[in-house]
Amino acid sequence: MKMPPFDYACPATLSEAVALLAAHDGDAKVLAGGQSLVPILAFRLAAPKLLVDLRKLTDLRTIKITSDGVALGAMVRWCDIESDARLRTAHPLLVAAVAHVAHYQIRNRGTVGGSIAHADPAAEMPGIAMTCEAGIVAMGKAGTRTIKAADFFQGALTTALKADEIIVEIRLPAWPSGRRWGFQEFARRRGDFALAAAAVFYDLDASGKATNAHVGVIGVADRPLRLPSVEAVLNGAAIDAATIAKAEAATMAAIDPDSDIHASGAYRRALAGTMVERALKMAAEQTP
Amino acid sequence: MKARFEVNGHKVEVAVEPRLTLADCLRHHLRLTGTHVGCEHGVCGACTVLVDGKAVRSCLMLAVQAEGSKVVTVEGLSKDEGLTPLQASFRKHHALQCGFCTPGMITTAHALLSEEPDCDADRVREVLSGNLCRCTGYVSIVEAVLDARAAYKGGTS
Repeated sequence: MKMPPFDYACPATLSEAVALLAAHDGDAKVLAGGQSLVPILAFRLAAPKLLVDLRKLTDLRTIKITSDGVALGAMVRWCDIESDARLRTAHPLLVAAVAHVAHYQIRNRGTVGGSIAHADPAAEMPGIAMTCEAGIVAMGKAGTRTIKAADFFQGALTTALKADEIIVEIRLPAWPSGRRWGFQEFARRRGDFALAAAAVFYDLDASGKATNAHVGVIGVADRPLRLPSVEAVLNGAAIDAATIAKAEAATMAAIDPDSDIHASGAYRRALAGTMVERALKMAAEQTP
Repeated sequence: MKARFEVNGHKVEVAVEPRLTLADCLRHHLRLTGTHVGCEHGVCGACTVLVDGKAVRSCLMLAVQAEGSKVVTVEGLSKDEGLTPLQASFRKHHALQCGFCTPGMITTAHALLSEEPDCDADRVREVLSGNLCRCTGYVSIVEAVLDARAAYKGGTS
């Protein structure tokens, strides 16, 4: 369908963009890559009065890697992450997850900030933000604040962003070398939204036991989830077949997915368990 | 609003509503009907064009967002109205039936082969998974793309 009419602005600075959003008090939407927003407009699920295009804000396109971690500018595209060789060591879990995001043409325009702001419960980037305890930096009329991923995602397509706020950066904490990780996703076609996916990582203590375990799943609730009960199974344990089986069972016990046209709740629950199992096997088989 | 960009090497300036997609701008304002519009929400890939060398879905981009960009449509791939090596390969392998998806297949495969002339069959399938063909001709499409790789080696295409 054709989109409803709207006005269009393409500000040259972030503060101008924020001022435009503030002046429209909820009737303006931010346009980044447009790969989620334009379909929403085409379905007429939203009818903003104004689109504020961020394409001139080139500062938002940088990927910064420091001792604090990886900072992704909001306008960084999936293809930028794919082609940045530094990230393969600076954040291998991010790279593995992003490999599953959408199809070729969409990867050339879709952005990390857009995905986080859209907050699809089956999308990879919100899942990685949740699992890795990312900070989401947003700028609004009142200034800049950093929102914890756990506070940011509030439901399907619902976030803590205020109407005048723009995501400027996603900060992923530093990734120590030797960290074990795994990412597994199941979708009908590569690039489609996940029916379920799991991201895991943990560090090894001196005795070879897991510590600092993080387990996240997507596609099984109204938002990306971290699963503390599964992490508790892993922390202090050797990641062997028995522990992985316990983690799989704990995953299935921790979630209660709804049924929809793509899969039944029971199927998604079993699938999420299998994704955690496979992600842990992947992590356990790594040679650091 | 005015949108000024380049299409197939020609500078254009069009007066458009902000809500007009690049796909509709190309077809209705510039009469370049080689770009096909299927789903209009970024699923089918028929509307794929190149924007600054990258394959994008022109139904998910506003014409006003193309300001200052270089757009290439399927019409712009061959210079002399002949077939490009990729197009000739599609013909040789019977890689189309109804032809609706073909412009998107050609532009997508052209971008892929320009970036990765050594890609393997798995990579071709992965990239073309974003382009729907309802005549189910994928086997011959993949063969056509693989066969055209030679023409892209050495950066001649």
